[in-house]
Amino acid sequence: MDVSSTKTPMNEKVLTRNIGPDLVPTDMTAYEANGGYRALHKVMSGMSSNDCLEVIKASNLRGRGGAGFPTGMKWSFVPMGEKCSPGHKYLVCNADEMEPGTFKDRLLMECDPHQLIEGMILAAYTIQADLSYIFIRGEYVVAIERLEQALVDCYKKGYLGENILGSGYDLEMHVHTSAGRYICGEETALINALEGKRANPRAKPPFPQVSGLWGRPTIVNNVETLCNISHIIDKGPEWFQSLGLGEDAGTKLYGASGYVKNPGCWELPIGTPVREILEQHAGGMVEGRKLKGFLPGGGSTDFLVEEHLDLPMDYGSIGAAGSRMGTGTMIILDDKTCPVGMVLNLIRFFAHESCGFCTPCREGLPWTRQVLEDIEAGRGRKEDLETLLRQVKYIGAIGNTHCALAPGAMEPLQSALKYFQSDFEAHVEQGCCPYASDIKALDVKAQGESA
Amino acid sequence: MPTIYIDGTAYEVEAGKNLLETCLNLGLDLPYFCWHPSMGSIGSCRQCAMVQYQNEEDIRGRIVMGCMTPVTEGAMLSLQGETASEFRKSVVESLMLNHPHDCPVCAEGGECHLQDMTVMVGHRDRRYRGKKNTHRNQYLGPLINHEMNRCISCYRCVRFYRDYAGGTDLAALASHDHVYFGRHKDGVLQSEFAGNLVEVCPTGVFTDKPLLNDYSRKWDLQSAPSICVSCAVGCNTSPGERYGKLKRIQNRFNHEVNGYFLCDRGRFGADFVNSDSRLSFAGVRQEDGSYRAIKADDALSEVASLCQQGTVAGVGSPRASVEANYLLRRFVGSKHFSTGMGDLECALVRQVVDTLSQTRAISPSLHQIESADAVLILGEDVSNTAPRLALALRQAARSKARELAADMRLEPWMDAAIRNLAQDQYSPVFIVGVHESRLNDIAARSVSLAPDDIARLGFAVAAEIAGRRLDGVETAIAALASTIASALKAAKNPIIVSGVSLLNASVLESAAAVAEALLSDEPEEKNVMLSLSVPECNSLGVAMVDDGEGVGFDELAERAAQGDIDTLVVLENDLYRRVPAEKIDQILGDIKRLVVLDSLDNATLSKSHVALPTATFAESEGTLISSEGRAQRYYPVFVAEDDRLASWQWLSELGQVLGLWGFDQLAHFDQVEQACAQDMPALSNIAFAAPNHQFRSHGLKIPRQPARYSGRTAMRANVSVHEPQQPTDDETPLSYSMEGLSVGLPSSLMSYSWSPGWNSNQSIQKFQHEAGGAIKGGSAGVRLITSGLGVDLHNCSVPKPFQPSDTGFLLVPVYRVFGSDELSIQARAIAELAGDAQVIICSDDANKLQVADGDGVVVIAGDTKVLLEVLVDSSLAKGCVGFTQGMPGAETLVAGSMVLLQKSEDWQRRKPELIATDNPNAPNPEHRGVSGVSYV
Repeated sequence: MDVSSTKTPMNEKVLTRNIGPDLVPTDMTAYEANGGYRALHKVMSGMSSNDCLEVIKASNLRGRGGAGFPTGMKWSFVPMGEKCSPGHKYLVCNADEMEPGTFKDRLLMECDPHQLIEGMILAAYTIQADLSYIFIRGEYVVAIERLEQALVDCYKKGYLGENILGSGYDLEMHVHTSAGRYICGEETALINALEGKRANPRAKPPFPQVSGLWGRPTIVNNVETLCNISHIIDKGPEWFQSLGLGEDAGTKLYGASGYVKNPGCWELPIGTPVREILEQHAGGMVEGRKLKGFLPGGGSTDFLVEEHLDLPMDYGSIGAAGSRMGTGTMIILDDKTCPVGMVLNLIRFFAHESCGFCTPCREGLPWTRQVLEDIEAGRGRKEDLETLLRQVKYIGAIGNTHCALAPGAMEPLQSALKYFQSDFEAHVEQGCCPYASDIKALDVKAQGESA
Repeated sequence: MPTIYIDGTAYEVEAGKNLLETCLNLGLDLPYFCWHPSMGSIGSCRQCAMVQYQNEEDIRGRIVMGCMTPVTEGAMLSLQGETASEFRKSVVESLMLNHPHDCPVCAEGGECHLQDMTVMVGHRDRRYRGKKNTHRNQYLGPLINHEMNRCISCYRCVRFYRDYAGGTDLAALASHDHVYFGRHKDGVLQSEFAGNLVEVCPTGVFTDKPLLNDYSRKWDLQSAPSICVSCAVGCNTSPGERYGKLKRIQNRFNHEVNGYFLCDRGRFGADFVNSDSRLSFAGVRQEDGSYRAIKADDALSEVASLCQQGTVAGVGSPRASVEANYLLRRFVGSKHFSTGMGDLECALVRQVVDTLSQTRAISPSLHQIESADAVLILGEDVSNTAPRLALALRQAARSKARELAADMRLEPWMDAAIRNLAQDQYSPVFIVGVHESRLNDIAARSVSLAPDDIARLGFAVAAEIAGRRLDGVETAIAALASTIASALKAAKNPIIVSGVSLLNASVLESAAAVAEALLSDEPEEKNVMLSLSVPECNSLGVAMVDDGEGVGFDELAERAAQGDIDTLVVLENDLYRRVPAEKIDQILGDIKRLVVLDSLDNATLSKSHVALPTATFAESEGTLISSEGRAQRYYPVFVAEDDRLASWQWLSELGQVLGLWGFDQLAHFDQVEQACAQDMPALSNIAFAAPNHQFRSHGLKIPRQPARYSGRTAMRANVSVHEPQQPTDDETPLSYSMEGLSVGLPSSLMSYSWSPGWNSNQSIQKFQHEAGGAIKGGSAGVRLITSGLGVDLHNCSVPKPFQPSDTGFLLVPVYRVFGSDELSIQARAIAELAGDAQVIICSDDANKLQVADGDGVVVIAGDTKVLLEVLVDSSLAKGCVGFTQGMPGAETLVAGSMVLLQKSEDWQRRKPELIATDNPNAPNPEHRGVSGVSYV
């Protein structure tokens, strides 16, 4: 994984400033030596929770988990002071990074765990939470170890526990390893899982900000979002806003996977054009392969194609082009890879990860999978394309389903049907996968039957 | 009232409801699965989709779920539009991907909500080409059959079983399209409300196993409105019959009583009607002890001639109707009538009648109980003695959740949101008993005390409420009393629950004392409820008929000994269950002749000189008075076979044969009831329990058979090709026919629930004012007891503290939902669950005796020695030992006596039951869980 990036005035490293090409993790000493916990001292020695909230609001930080909801606004819904009934409030870090093609949070947690913890303490302080959890993907064994060590160091230092730095503020923090479901990345399913219940998303309203974990006010934020907090508090909202190239503020961890020369993850100003990420940082396509399309923000975002390469990677521009920036980690489709096979692979994943709560997702995704398997294996029929379009309409709209999983799963399919329709038709007409000679390894038929 | 627009039509609707309820209330058909009127919304099935438009310019709109969307002023909606209809069709189509389409062999067929909804949305053609998922089914016990392949994953079963009824052994397992609703392994479902899964499940996953094993379709069942006879709660039922057999019991909705749910004792216990030990013909005992069957007329003249010789005394019954008891009392005279309850029990039931009519507190319906916001249970193990009441108390505990929800402006139907918000916060529930109860999980405090100490705690609570400290009360009890008192005082709708089951008058008095103290505290602001349980379906009724004038068993024995009783007429009563056997043997030895009217063979009946076969609740009409004080009517579901007659008819005809005064005017049921109302002031309103026999719906009698009843001309063809005339029914407004109209009826006359397009029990909403609300024709039954001016508690004394003795144990009754009731244990499925009588010992005493679960112990009470199986219960009150009241093998034990225990050395432990997964080679394949059926 390549994390190097040229430092220019326009390209300041913020989240990855402690992460060198050798990926050596920072410990407490190293973190503090580079300005770590400065923001915590600043807050604990005189900033009120409301001061913090105003700073975050002014920074225009938007959630980095995929939805891009303004973080300050989210926090402002938490009942404060007398408006809040007596009891716990919770801050939860969503570290259940399971979006296909996404590996940015892992980097942050493995290499600079204290940055996350400092951000969490500040976030918890802002909403006056007294308990916080890092809900982390169980497979992130290294990150879990390092976070747990970092927590021990924080308690020793008095950054966690009772009366943090003499401020009178108490906060406990725990690492909770997930049993492993994609749906746990949905904040209310995560909350259910944390309560020991089935990881089904909850109906909203009420939102977790007022009735979340154990029915109490709860904020769930993504790792990357929380990692920004200490820097914003430390250097101010204006500085943060100046980092972005377009409307959005700050930097973003972008990634690329697929047949590019240099797959990896890079911190760049938010709004960096797709072409720059692909060509400069990912090094362009592997010899002999051409770009056919790309999923801009993980497996549950719509395909974009060559004509979109000059778009800035920010929430608005990618949204206007019909996709979502999502996690900002791109999956590249090249001209030798079967788009039907790629979509099938994703739908298989999403069908398997459906929590089984609502009908369209639970039953509709396996049906979609079956149709795609037939097409890919050469058993497809003409009407199958209609079936796919119907499925997109049936389960692809938020509101039709209980949560956003199935609509997300439909995004690559619906855009593939738009941009790569001829590929689907060719499968049906030829009775086989036209890419089969290019990709020998994929025995779809065998996999389909064992699924 | 907000106005909403559906498909362009304006409707004025009730605020605070969701769109699904609203549509159903408007009479519009909006399909649904996961929503349930008693359980609210979770939004899982996505079936009740509508399209909502932002404004008049919005022509696309967006799909919303009816059950999850609150009514808002001016909302513009489409129900019939193409987007909404197509979406709903897609939902059914996808639910059908893995459904086995086995309707012909499915017990749900013909009353399947999934079938109804499939037809309603218009789904027909299968387009999915993939393979169906299949599941392995589980053995879930003798009551419920499991066929997971039919599941549509609506989550209703687990929401009922776990969230509503507090069960723990049924869960949603696995995920995506492999979600499985079952137990962690094969085995008997542990909840006594499991039978409701049959009605809650919208398809055939959970079906009625006894029905399945002797199956008839819903449309072939003849039904009549009935009342459960398994306990005193008085749940309304709809039994179904075909070929002279009672096939099943279904819930009959009564908004004020049982709502949508029954307990399993009620649902499956009625199978005693089909028992092999039913009497068919009258019999006269001969010299050699055997019975000679005689014709009914001969039996009548035989009994009449016996009754003309000397004095006649009558023993009534708490399980016989008000009318039968009334006629027996009138037949023998009030001074020669006994209620048939044991003397202590009779006095306590009388005390309940007096307390309920004197107290200022309300004797609440189950519906009222569900709104209670603080609960004190004193001594009554309601989970076993009145299970449906326990289920209502479980809902009362959620008042706290409703309160929290209201603060957050969540409507009561937002079930998932409210449960997430409230988690395990409950309204205060305090349970005081001789052992822990199955309501423990919702209890703020749960304590086990000896009966007298329970009463002491009750009095201490009453004193605390009045701001006093009870003299001489122990510190721990005083502290607890203070906690309970402040919780009850803080509540708006506190309820005190107690009852007769511990056979302790002080316990009942203390419960009344708490209720009265609360009313003296702040009488205006409070809605204080006092719910007193009595043992049997008509305990209250027979006590009210008797009116305190009758004789007890002690007096009966004395009179018999003096030769004052020549003939004893026993009405539907096994006396050996009432008083110790010696005393009954003595009475029966001292009298000259015994006449017994009963439906099933029992110990008393086999001592009779003349036995008259009676009809059960399923073949006769009658009125029962529930513990609430509600009189409710049951009707014959089918004509009694052979020479069986309703008890009231036997007695009426006997009176006529004997030419007793007035009996010529008591030939018909309505006449008996009128006479009863005239003679007994307390029963003066009893005729309002249900319409009389002249009631007609649209000029016609009310059909017992649904319109699609089949095979009427053919069902007896194997016996005779001549179709018999349909039986007539002169006693009730119902007919043995499918002709007639079942619309617009009061719920007391609703034989079954059926509406065009709605073949399942979900059709009940077509007969309700609003979804989940009262039946349009009125709720069944009439309250006979109204509150008074206050209970006089000056004469009651606080009992002394119970002192555990070194030399003996206090014998306390312990009740079993399956086993303690006389009739339901005659049902095969219930008997299988009941097991054997047991002695319940606390762990300290078990250690001292060196016994464990399953060992044998001899209980020694004076000269009586009873060998029983041991059950160790660490929660049992100190110094007490329990016995399973009413179960065969423990009849000779008397609650309240002091006993000794002795380990039995030659006891054979029962073998543990084998279940399929434990033993694949189990000899009886019926007990093996895996049916091995799979559908592709």
